[in-house]
Amino acid sequence: MSTPSTTTYVLRGVRPYGTDPVDVVLADGVVAAIGAPGTVEVPEGAHEVAAEGGSGGTDGGTEGTGLVLLPGLVDLHTHLREPGREDAETVFSGTRAAAAGGFTAVHAMANTTPTQDTAGVVEQVYRLGQEAGWVDVHPVGAVTVGLDGEKLAELGAMADSAARVRVFSDDGKCVHDPVLMRRALEYVKAFDGVVAQHAQEPRLTEGAQMNEGVVSAQIGLTGWPAVAEESIIARDVLLAEHVGSRLHVCHLSTAGSVEIIRWAKGRGIDVTAEVTPHHLVLTDELARDYDPVFKVNPPLRTAADVEAVRAGLADGTIDIVATDHAPHPVEDKDCEWSSAAFGMTGLETALSVVQQTMVDTGRMTWADVARVLSQNPARIGRIDATQGRPIAVGEPANLTLVDAGATRAIDGRTQVTASDNTPFGGMELPGRVVATFLRGRATVLDGAVVDTTSNPQNTALEGAGR
Amino acid sequence: MKHLLTTQGLSKDDAILLLDTSAQMAATQSRENKKLPTLRGRTVVNLFYEDSTRTRISFETAAKRLSADVINFSAKGSSVSKGESLKDTALTLHAMGADAVVVRHWASGAAHQLAHAGWLDAAVLNAGDGMHQHPTQALLDAFTIRRHLVGRVGEDGRGTDTSVGADLAGLRVAIVGDVLHSRVARSNVYLLHTLGAEVTLVAPPTLVPVGVETWPCRVSYHLDETLEQWQPDAVMMLRVQRERMSGGSGAFFPSPMEYSRKFGFDARRLAVLPDHAIVMHPGPMNRGLEISAAAADHPRSVIVEQVANGVAVRMAALYLLLSGDIGSTSSSPSSSPSTSSSTDERTAL
Repeated sequence: MSTPSTTTYVLRGVRPYGTDPVDVVLADGVVAAIGAPGTVEVPEGAHEVAAEGGSGGTDGGTEGTGLVLLPGLVDLHTHLREPGREDAETVFSGTRAAAAGGFTAVHAMANTTPTQDTAGVVEQVYRLGQEAGWVDVHPVGAVTVGLDGEKLAELGAMADSAARVRVFSDDGKCVHDPVLMRRALEYVKAFDGVVAQHAQEPRLTEGAQMNEGVVSAQIGLTGWPAVAEESIIARDVLLAEHVGSRLHVCHLSTAGSVEIIRWAKGRGIDVTAEVTPHHLVLTDELARDYDPVFKVNPPLRTAADVEAVRAGLADGTIDIVATDHAPHPVEDKDCEWSSAAFGMTGLETALSVVQQTMVDTGRMTWADVARVLSQNPARIGRIDATQGRPIAVGEPANLTLVDAGATRAIDGRTQVTASDNTPFGGMELPGRVVATFLRGRATVLDGAVVDTTSNPQNTALEGAGR
Repeated sequence: MKHLLTTQGLSKDDAILLLDTSAQMAATQSRENKKLPTLRGRTVVNLFYEDSTRTRISFETAAKRLSADVINFSAKGSSVSKGESLKDTALTLHAMGADAVVVRHWASGAAHQLAHAGWLDAAVLNAGDGMHQHPTQALLDAFTIRRHLVGRVGEDGRGTDTSVGADLAGLRVAIVGDVLHSRVARSNVYLLHTLGAEVTLVAPPTLVPVGVETWPCRVSYHLDETLEQWQPDAVMMLRVQRERMSGGSGAFFPSPMEYSRKFGFDARRLAVLPDHAIVMHPGPMNRGLEISAAAADHPRSVIVEQVANGVAVRMAALYLLLSGDIGSTSSSPSSSPSTSSSTDERTAL
């Protein structure tokens, strides 16, 4: 599905990065023209998308807000679950959800079954992504064989494969052996790769269920202390400095972690850091009712931590927001907290949460949103030749159009992802993705995913009722 | 209140109502015919996912003394061991028309989920969930403390309980041992505080949870200092939960001998206490580890009486939850609707 669309689109009165309204023409897979409203020559037969009127504007934006045009979002941290857990998500359903959330590229984490630790498996996932056609799928390679933390996987083979893997991670597990971590950091330099670390000291988190603190003490769940994250990050930034390598820290969640990253960047260490949408807004107080939908790893932290990661994201200490989209079937969440799986979905709510916590609070501009949800993740994943590009004539038409004035009620059962485990169910969130374009082809239009019958899986999908 | 899940947030009025009702229940238990007709025709399920002979028997006795039908549903030898979920078990109990479910579970929050997940509409009594809460244990402890230290019931546990209506204001209770893993400690801290008592937790720092600073109590790392300088009226020893310490993170203290020397309760430490002080333990005891035989069997030990009081407290809890009286002003068991024609039993209550 990488062939450019033959449909031409004109986006009327949209605001690139939230700036003044312009008209934008998409043709032949690229941005063909940008100009003041009404001044751009529109090819005959162009499909119009507009805030008000036009075929795409029935849900129109609020006065003064309008449709914000962003570069297509890039997720550095997605669990698509295929192969192995197709009961939770498939590459097709997960990337369809990604498109619905405004994404044009995702990095598919390696903890599949079999593990994405060989060229064969990463190529399989890459191919499934191409066939699905919703977003660009970039498989993440496992650092160690089977994520066991004992032996390096064939990183070079994955890098050289058709999937051209550049991000390596044992996410879900920490590369805790310091020698192995050092070797991985050094080895991936040969192909400009990066190790994305799930920072969790395993001995300090045995049996851990939630953030260790006031709430865990009261409700009697085994604690996951902040120091278990911070001690690994501190070790890893020093290792990265020592061997001159590039390090990425997944889903940092504590105020202390932000401080360590800030210190490391001040020293000139080549480290990048990500925060999830849920850690920007939810706290461990939500565990009090033992609803496992709020069970996630790393766990929801305190209000002080939430404030610290917001500040870190605003000042650039934290480079990106990544979803850690972690779908699970109902039965893995409809049980005792201690028995439930870790993780929550996030592809379809990420942009709204960032808008609510960072834009609507005045801490970030839409240009900042483009930076943390598109440009920086594309750069870290080394896919910035095609993704996370500026909105400019001649650039690939990977774009997301957001009605920032809209609000919507979140319901896990009606989301596009195959799993229901959103922590935002029952909440109202601002912002709504109106359209997503992948190389000029609309994957989302009028706020709905565009299912085309040319893809055989779409026919099957209708039968499945999703 | 429909459920009894935790002592945190239990109002003082409800707590005293539970204790007073327990006193009324206890008074019926010295009769030849101990059985009351109060819950005739009601079904109480004991749902136990964790071994606990004494708690299960205590609840079973309490329910039977109230004439309820009792079903024991044990995790072993039932569908639970085949992997049936808590949800499916709850739906099954709902379909069978359980009026109350007494649940003991290894997972913190299991009782809360049973009560609130919408799986069943029975009253839920938490008989211990993981490291969280065990409210009837705290209630029977408070009941025992009140009888002895407010009602001045004699050392043999007999005598008139004059403490009805009273709280525990001004009393000092030391809770000693594995606080970190203890639902008994969590339950007691909140209930005793609500009733006006002062609580000091005594434990090595490794057995005190991070976050304890918000609990309404003091924390000490020194047993001798606490006994000598604070002079508690009651000392509650916690079981050292060896089985929870075998998991990976290593030992919480260097050796059983060192634990015993620093935190074990024995006759020497008993002698430091005021003459009226009582010694408690929720059981089962590790004699020789957290408590010596001499202390456990001492006349000031009320450990066996705690067990007896457990039945009365659980009768009161079942009665109040199933009759719906808790939280209202009508508090006498004798005012409940009863199918019994025996007015004697009702008025004597």
